[in-house]
Amino acid sequence: MKMNQEGEWEPKIVAFLCNWCSYAGADLAGTSRIQYPPNVRVIRVPCSGRVDPLLILKCLQRGADGVLVSGCHPGDCHYIAGNYLARRKFAMLKRLIEYLGVEEGRVQFSWVSAAEGEKFADVIKTVTRRVRELGPARKLVKVREMQGGAGASL
Amino acid sequence: MGVAHGEVKAEAPHMGGINEAGCGRGPRIGVYVCHCGLNIAATVDVARVRDAVAGLPGVVVARDNKYTCSEVGQKTIADDIKNLNLDRVVIASCSPRLHERTFRELMARSGLNPFLLEMANIREQCSWVHGHDREAATRKAVALTRAAIARAALLEPLERNVGSVTKSAMVIGGGVAGISAALYLANMGVKTYLVEREPSIGGHMAMLDKTFPTLDCSLCILSPKMVEVRENSNIELLSYTEVRKVEGQVGSFKVELLRKPRYIDEAKCVACGLCAEKCPSKAPDEFNRGYSERKAIYIPFPQAIPASYVIDPNYCRYFTRGGKCRVCEKICERGAVDFSQREEIVTLDVGAIVIATGFEPYDASRKTQYGYGRFPNVITSLDFERIICADGPTHGKLKRPSDWEIPRRIAFIQCVGSRDEHETDGAGKYCSRVCCMITAKQAFMVKEKYPDAEVYVYHTDMRTAGKGFEEFYQRGRSEGIVFVRGKPGEIVENPEDHSLRVVAEDADSGCILDLTFDMVVLAIGLRPPGGLVELAQKLNVSRSADGFLLEGHPKLRPAETSIEGIYLAGCAQFPKDIPDSVAQAGCAAAAAAGVLASDRIEMDPLNPVVDEELCIGCRLCEKLCPYGGIKVEKTDKGFKARVIELACKGCGVCGAACSARAIKMRHYSDEQIYAQTAALLEVG
Repeated sequence: MKMNQEGEWEPKIVAFLCNWCSYAGADLAGTSRIQYPPNVRVIRVPCSGRVDPLLILKCLQRGADGVLVSGCHPGDCHYIAGNYLARRKFAMLKRLIEYLGVEEGRVQFSWVSAAEGEKFADVIKTVTRRVRELGPARKLVKVREMQGGAGASL
Repeated sequence: MGVAHGEVKAEAPHMGGINEAGCGRGPRIGVYVCHCGLNIAATVDVARVRDAVAGLPGVVVARDNKYTCSEVGQKTIADDIKNLNLDRVVIASCSPRLHERTFRELMARSGLNPFLLEMANIREQCSWVHGHDREAATRKAVALTRAAIARAALLEPLERNVGSVTKSAMVIGGGVAGISAALYLANMGVKTYLVEREPSIGGHMAMLDKTFPTLDCSLCILSPKMVEVRENSNIELLSYTEVRKVEGQVGSFKVELLRKPRYIDEAKCVACGLCAEKCPSKAPDEFNRGYSERKAIYIPFPQAIPASYVIDPNYCRYFTRGGKCRVCEKICERGAVDFSQREEIVTLDVGAIVIATGFEPYDASRKTQYGYGRFPNVITSLDFERIICADGPTHGKLKRPSDWEIPRRIAFIQCVGSRDEHETDGAGKYCSRVCCMITAKQAFMVKEKYPDAEVYVYHTDMRTAGKGFEEFYQRGRSEGIVFVRGKPGEIVENPEDHSLRVVAEDADSGCILDLTFDMVVLAIGLRPPGGLVELAQKLNVSRSADGFLLEGHPKLRPAETSIEGIYLAGCAQFPKDIPDSVAQAGCAAAAAAGVLASDRIEMDPLNPVVDEELCIGCRLCEKLCPYGGIKVEKTDKGFKARVIELACKGCGVCGAACSARAIKMRHYSDEQIYAQTAALLEVG
């Protein structure tokens, strides 16, 4: 569990950003110096369609308190329709994680374009706030702990 | 290296001995944490990041550099690759979108496969966005760098795919930017297709009477260029044509165009005009902004290229009255009229594309307080150009539309649809850049024609940044044009004489000015043109928040897009004046010609690999792939998926969907991503 300097819990969130839109949007937030919470850590993927639901579950197992998947806006996908497929997979995953007892707000999806630095920062703020409200993730992490702590292979 | 920069070489205690030079057989990773001057170092404790990763498995050396991209920084890496036998490099610095190419080239020069590089983005994702929290930014930088190291350890060398280059280009849009780009390309020997959706090239520049600040006659300088387009053997002009579909990538785009029927055989028409003389149907003349009429068979303007008439089916009796009339067909001696023409699909193979789709003038009727469309004497700056033009509805006499009398008192209102917080669609907040100078020019032209006319300009502030602009503006002031800093709230028309009352506060004097004018000109802003959203989607290029197309880099790649092989010229990227449009066209043409000059294009080899032992031939990947890049074929072992490398773009949709886990994505494999996430989550 992640603690800040004061020993308080800080949410850990993994974000899968597509290379063409959302990652570029994050870069724009950076060059525009728009400040947002440091809880989200980014993994660059070619397309949001690359994000296998299993990747998201593994993140939760590994101790992530939240996962964000962000792709190009509908119609703007660099790979024609990868973002639509991502959304469909995501809709299925939502039902699965609900069944597993994971709270709804832990896994979130957004569209951020390369021109939306401000929106990217807003998305990060919202995701962080919601995950913070939910508190530390416990459901799937237990599995990991039973398997032998942080060093266990995925 | 300055004194502030240190290094930590992995010693035996850190590494357990296994990865020391010459010993273990695991990866040998060099980690370089960049200060980026103070861009990173001011917020992130770079030395702490370096130390935090120095002892990780596989890390042979960890250093910090002031500027990793500098020659000194690159040499440090090259030397380490050689001296320490590194086989992987991790650079924690700026976004890979900025310098991945730089460092991949360095790897290649140093004899390493360029795909064994991994970057951690600790500037755009750390120092610049968590500037107030050094501790959190440093911890995040450590986490991102550790994740990069974990991923780097699992990277595999890849060979780039090689594609061929079709030595031709397409320019979309035939305004001054598109014309210039096409001519630049053609003069470099490139076969160029110039695609224009209107019946003639020329764009908005053809509609202008004069250009600022030199008062050159607009068409006098544009029409020679248009003729050059027609005469240049390297240019094929496709007017009245729209882009339907674009496939492929840099070097080999496949373009599908839709040619709209002119109902005139371009090759036969000599633009004698007999047909229009006899045509019984009239239509509003768009070129004159609706202030005059044209016939249903028409040529947009006398200097139009191609110099061919066109039939407007919305007004032509043959179309509106079911096959009757055909007067033009009978009168045309050359038999150029052809009612049997239909929409036609044309396909092109091109290696590069320049987008020069220009702008659309702001629809002034949206500002209901100014009464455009309701009050006849409220006109826009583009209407003004037509009214004052020798070819316009008044044959060059400046008259007001309500009674076609000469206006004695004229007001100009600036920033209509620009710099406007009330415009909610994202556009309209920016400055359109040209309207101040257009007004300065038009006000000057009024004074030139009628020296005793009273001319007022209501502005937010006059922006005259450009060669000769300020001097021209001052000349206008000395001619007696009154510039008022203050924007009128509304225009009220006197219904009897159609005069216009304008009330505004002069911010400089604090006085309320309550004046009545014979005519008001609204300086309308420049908007993204209709259809740009759809075109951007067809070409896969991004748009910025203002609705125009997004350049590759705001400073250093102003004429490129994020898609290799697709370039930008003129107002498609952002409002700009004629010289800037022409300059950007040259830049776009040079960039496109650069690509076309090479014989082969190297493409990232991100295709997946199918493990035939695991593949169950379910065809899910085949169904989901938008490119037909993976097909299930019958083999000795049953149905198995096969990757078609040239069609595959490497998006990873198939890999993410494979329930048998038989598809491995190159460079973005499950294992690499798992390792990355695990490392990200380990650090507190």
